[in-house]
Amino acid sequence: MSTATETIEDLVKTEYKYGFYTDVETESAPPGLSEETIRMISRKKSEPEWLTEWRLKAYRHWITLSEPTWQKAHHEKIDYQAICYFSQPKPKKDAPKSLDEVDPKLLETYEKLGIPLRERGRLAGVAVDAIFDSVSVGTTFRKQLAEKGVIFCSFTEAVHEHPELVKKYLGSVVPYTDNYYAALNSAVFTDGSFCYIPKGVRCPMELSTYFRINAANTGQFERTLIIADEGAQVSYLEGCTAPMRDENQLHAAVVELVALDRGEIKYSTVQNWYPGDEKGVGGIYNFVTKRGLCKGRHSKITWTQVETGSAITWKYPSCILLGDHSVGEFYSVAVTNNYQQADTGTKMVHIGKNTRSTIISKGISAGHGQNSYRGLVKIHKSAANARNFSQCDSMLIGSQCGAHTFPYIEVKNTSASVEHEASTSKIGEDQIFYCNARGIATQDAVNMIVNGFCKEVFKELPMEFAVEAQKLLGVSLEGSVG
Amino acid sequence: MNHQPILEIKNLSAGVEGKQILKGVSLTIYPGQVHAVMGPNGSGKSTLAAVLAGRDGYDITGGEVLYNGKDLLDLDPEERAREGLFLAFQYPVEIPGVNSTYFLKAAYNEIRKHRGEPELDAIDFLALVKDKMKLLELKEDLLKRSVNEGFSGGEKKRAEIFQMAVLEPKLAILDETDSGLDIDALKVVSQGVNALKRPDNAQLVITHYQRLLNFIVPDFVHVLVDGYIVKTGGKELALELEAKGYDWILKRETAKV
Repeated sequence: MSTATETIEDLVKTEYKYGFYTDVETESAPPGLSEETIRMISRKKSEPEWLTEWRLKAYRHWITLSEPTWQKAHHEKIDYQAICYFSQPKPKKDAPKSLDEVDPKLLETYEKLGIPLRERGRLAGVAVDAIFDSVSVGTTFRKQLAEKGVIFCSFTEAVHEHPELVKKYLGSVVPYTDNYYAALNSAVFTDGSFCYIPKGVRCPMELSTYFRINAANTGQFERTLIIADEGAQVSYLEGCTAPMRDENQLHAAVVELVALDRGEIKYSTVQNWYPGDEKGVGGIYNFVTKRGLCKGRHSKITWTQVETGSAITWKYPSCILLGDHSVGEFYSVAVTNNYQQADTGTKMVHIGKNTRSTIISKGISAGHGQNSYRGLVKIHKSAANARNFSQCDSMLIGSQCGAHTFPYIEVKNTSASVEHEASTSKIGEDQIFYCNARGIATQDAVNMIVNGFCKEVFKELPMEFAVEAQKLLGVSLEGSVG
Repeated sequence: MNHQPILEIKNLSAGVEGKQILKGVSLTIYPGQVHAVMGPNGSGKSTLAAVLAGRDGYDITGGEVLYNGKDLLDLDPEERAREGLFLAFQYPVEIPGVNSTYFLKAAYNEIRKHRGEPELDAIDFLALVKDKMKLLELKEDLLKRSVNEGFSGGEKKRAEIFQMAVLEPKLAILDETDSGLDIDALKVVSQGVNALKRPDNAQLVITHYQRLLNFIVPDFVHVLVDGYIVKTGGKELALELEAKGYDWILKRETAKV
């Protein structure tokens, strides 16, 4: 028994290897939030009037709201006036026209993170948009994508170059009135990725955004908007890291996906924000609103997430299944170790006929981690023959962690079929000993068992990232059972 | 015969949470030998297997165990396995999502690494596996499934012996491998075990019933009662136990004291 606990402690002690800080001159707004801050952000980005107005409306709505408290996670009250809402690396000259003009320190940062942006070292077959604090520092493979008509750029560029698309879809899935953090994000978002796949085009490569929080006391509020036009297909991956700091930092992003007739979007996240230290000091608050709209018939949206980082993860990537025969999928692995807390899950809202949804959630808790699955399956009256299958499995490592499941099911159409399965298991000393007795060391055994547990989710990740996710899981749990 | 024993258990005492279970067990196994340990429920048979394999939670309170002349109890369970000690589990555990072949390949390569040999790649390993499968009349699809997941009792035991066939241990400990097996499965498993017998390895068969020993014929039978080996004899001792039950030996031992 004692050996088991010791090993759990060892696992928990693994260091966060992305915790470095890049010393780069930044230009930041003073902390605090007011209409003036918002106008300043809008001015910095030379935004059109309609967008400034939209931000202000969001801000005015936000100040009427109060912070939600229903989540199963605890944190100190956030002082929104102490946060800096805009930080960007100081441009050496005018805005860099190509990656060659980007500050080498920034490129180095991404190299260190394993995300090469330079031509030579680029990830084969993956186009990357790199977001550093509040702004995009570069997007790779743009020319190759443009040949197919695919637009992949920073949100700021999209506002200037494709205002009609941004205006049409911004806030169409997550309106600024949606919730507290979505309202805040709508008011102050600084950048993000924009992606449009035209009719009938299958995006020739994986698209990916890599988010990095660097500056202290800075919140990251980015906005991602992805549109798959009729018959278009795209696979998109998001990755995130941050330096180790003692104070908590807020990340409140909004992601909106729109799939038109037969359009398909696969959105994968490998989230590895700094989780705080082993005593629970510091770490990112990851309060994110992600929602996809299956607007067209036979459209499909798949969310796959591997959540290993953040002090608190609070998000529910959801699908509104509006189009008849549309399909929503949610595959999730959430790991909480030390004092991490995760309250995550999904909402599948069935409106169209013959809509289908699948939810596979795997929660792993170690140390003092708390892991909650919270999910809603809602079948509207109009959703004849809707089908849902949900499976929520929890695995506990050690005896001081917790796993919780909160499934909500609302069915208004009797032709619907909804299935929910849930299980909780403790990673068995028996399983580990069995591996030991076959020559496999405890750490490798834990990785093997946990990876086996998560297999159904990992197989949904794009291949290049499935391997990375497995490794990440190993690192997150390093030292955890015996 | 090689004169270095594979296993020497010297006056071994062990217990769980302050309760003594093994009270001074001695046993020596030479290469090429098959030893059987028999005893009634609660006599300490499974504790002996667990202590030898290095399971956590047992306190060793006295004695020593030498494995190929080295202190066995000083090694972690995975090191024991890499040194060629194999425990066929009484209750093999299920590991959902972990492919059986992948698992066995990891185990096999750990042993190779330990010996300083290059690891086998998936293709070569598969060839090896196919060869060994015939021995246990295993269905190929079992290997594509997760480790022991959804296996019947018989399939689990067969899979254990199959692992043994692949890993080629120097010392195999079979912990009640016969429990839960029907007679046909028992025959297949025993044939497998017998086929793996070589002059340079040894087997320690732990069982409650004599019937397994009709198929795996031991050179020595030890009777374990209440933490002591009360009697050692040849294979005929097993038959005697079968005929007279454990009471006979228990009474005799009590009378002696």
